[in-house]
Amino acid sequence: MSIHKRIILVMNTGFFKPEIFIIPVLVFASQLLLAEEKTDVSDVNYCYSCHAELEILPDAMHPEDIHLQKGLSCAGCHGGDPLQEDMEMAKARSAGFRGVPSKKDIPEFCGKCHSEIKLMRTYQPRIPTDQVAQYYTSVHGQKLKQGDRKVADCTNCHTSHAILSAKDTRSSVHPLNVPATCDHCHGDSEYMEPYGIPTDQYDSYASSVHGVALLENQDTGSPACNDCHGNHGAMPPGVTSIAHVCGICHVNNMQYFSGSKMGRAFEEQQLHACEECHGNHKVAKTSDNMLGTNAASVCVDCHSEGDAGYRAAIELQTELDTLVSAYKLAQDKFDYVRRIGMDDVELGFLLQDAKQSLIKARTLIHTFDPEQVGEMSKEGQTHAVAAINLAETQIHEYSVRRTGFGVATIFITILIVAIFFKIREIDKK
Amino acid sequence: MNDLERSKWFNWLDERFNLKPLVEFMRHKEVPVHRYSVWYYMGGVTLFLFVIQVFSGILLLFYYQPGVDSAYESVRFLMTKVEFGWLFRSIHSWSANLMVFFIFVHMFSTFFTGSYRKPRELTWISGFILLALALGFGFSGYLLPWNELAFFATKVGTDIVGAVPLVGDMIRTVLRGGEDVTGGTLLRFYAFHVAMLPAIFTVVLAVHLLLIQRQGMHEPESVSAAGTQVKKTMPFFPNFFLRDALLWMVVLNILLYLAVFFPWELGEKADAFVPAPAGIRPEWYFMFMFQTLKLLPAHVLFIEGEVLGILFFILIAAAWLTVPFWETKINRNIRPRPMTVIGIAAIIFIIVMTVLGYVL
Repeated sequence: MSIHKRIILVMNTGFFKPEIFIIPVLVFASQLLLAEEKTDVSDVNYCYSCHAELEILPDAMHPEDIHLQKGLSCAGCHGGDPLQEDMEMAKARSAGFRGVPSKKDIPEFCGKCHSEIKLMRTYQPRIPTDQVAQYYTSVHGQKLKQGDRKVADCTNCHTSHAILSAKDTRSSVHPLNVPATCDHCHGDSEYMEPYGIPTDQYDSYASSVHGVALLENQDTGSPACNDCHGNHGAMPPGVTSIAHVCGICHVNNMQYFSGSKMGRAFEEQQLHACEECHGNHKVAKTSDNMLGTNAASVCVDCHSEGDAGYRAAIELQTELDTLVSAYKLAQDKFDYVRRIGMDDVELGFLLQDAKQSLIKARTLIHTFDPEQVGEMSKEGQTHAVAAINLAETQIHEYSVRRTGFGVATIFITILIVAIFFKIREIDKK
Repeated sequence: MNDLERSKWFNWLDERFNLKPLVEFMRHKEVPVHRYSVWYYMGGVTLFLFVIQVFSGILLLFYYQPGVDSAYESVRFLMTKVEFGWLFRSIHSWSANLMVFFIFVHMFSTFFTGSYRKPRELTWISGFILLALALGFGFSGYLLPWNELAFFATKVGTDIVGAVPLVGDMIRTVLRGGEDVTGGTLLRFYAFHVAMLPAIFTVVLAVHLLLIQRQGMHEPESVSAAGTQVKKTMPFFPNFFLRDALLWMVVLNILLYLAVFFPWELGEKADAFVPAPAGIRPEWYFMFMFQTLKLLPAHVLFIEGEVLGILFFILIAAAWLTVPFWETKINRNIRPRPMTVIGIAAIIFIIVMTVLGYVL
């Protein structure tokens, strides 16, 4: 109970007589204040002072650890009485001393507070408290329960005494640092050997379109490991859930794919939806060359000459290529119009429309329906052609201006010559 | 003139305003003819460009809307949608630059021919004030389209002013209308550009022209010292005036060429929240000062390099303004003439620093 509440409680009792109790109450209040000051962690914490003196403080202890910042002392997690100078008394079981938890107990050890919503919401009203429950559904949690002591527990990702807010860029679980944190174990081939899983995920991810965006461009909108695998409930996505995982961000692509013939065929054949064409960790930047029947095409991995899919692949690429050519021509004209300082406002809008159609057509590829893609391609071509025509008008106008200047020059030159002759005439007089 | 004096309109006006002495004055106004006469035309060209500035500026005013959300858009609208809007904006921008160029040519020609000497001290001073006002026109007008380059150049420019010892902070706050370059600064610069500066400029220009008419054209000492031979002159009207008009037409042609073939760019709209783009630089006529400040070390002895540079330019400007008063104390018999050396050194300094500003 805080000092203020205690004073209010005393004042609210019916026996309170100010004239009699005022001095004792003030003395009591001052004692309470002194008592509270003494319990301040930084002032009296024999755990810390003894461990510091003996140089046995935990490794990598961070002064900005979030628990320390929120006023949680060593005893807050490890129990015991930090006000006792005597080690035996400080670490007495009667004082609630729990010591260092064993690996299998760590999730419950952290969960003692973090699974308790009544406590946790005092720090943040919307804070999740299901981490421990989620953890036990993960591969890590399940293996820990089975007695595997190598799998990750809370401290392997969050650290023990250097826990920073996930929003802090120095935190091991900040989006920019998550891949390296996971890679700490998953990239160690020796450590991962008993599990028989690959250890090149980090390198693959770092070279992927997602990895480049996150690690090189610092774009935290790009997914890190936990965005696809989950964090506390980390699992490799199953066959049925891959489209959903990618679909969290690529919503339209997922919807088109799920509703397509291809989607249903994939489901029947137990194929990994997006992953079959785009890969998993090493998702490359997409290109129109992934279509058609050229060397870079992914369609020919499954389809061969003569089948319907093969024909569709050619049609899809043709539709996209036609639109891309028209768009590029319009873009070149737009750049030229801009460079010569002519009106590019309407032109810019038309070009945006054409680009929008191109993006839509590329997304519609996931329907694998040449008709739908063709319609969108034609819509885009209409915008691109309109932009090209408008650009031509502007370029023509530019040439008219030059002609106009030529005509103006002739008049001014005639005037100059006339003045010249007038001057000569006057000078002769 | 005789035809004019016979016209009933002239007689009507003369009866009321006594115009005949004025006509007599114009009739007898003579301009000396010698090998330096060509420099007499520089002032006239500057005046012609100023008139173009006024007219093109008025046309721009019909469409320009000051404000963070409207300045850039209104200039863009003017350039893209208004018939000949692009032409008038380009003419306004190009003639502004040509005007500053011809002011410099005019100033150095009067400097080298010694036209600032007694009794023309006030003509020189009024000319110097016109130069300062023209630079003020350029600085304030540069920001008005509210594009990226102008926004950051104004930021840098006003920061430099802010480094002036003692009064710098105050001047910067007054110029910006606050701590930073904002929409308030734009409004302020607009007011300077279309109201305050034109009013002051017109008055000083009138004084400058009046003084020239009253005292006549200056004849360089080397010409007047030639002595015995008969002085060649030509009547101002119409001989000199027609030559003036001929040069104006040539300049008009050049101006049109520049406006049509090198239209003034608008660039991207200013955004205070994006980092300053590369290549931020002032207009060319401020470049020599900007580059000098850039080249100075951070500290020279105990003074900040930038402050020292600003003090240097203030000192130079003061010396330049007061040339007619201290130049008389310099021995003119020394060869090469000290004033010629000073003038050439100033031109070389300006050219070198300007070139370095664009190259480095």
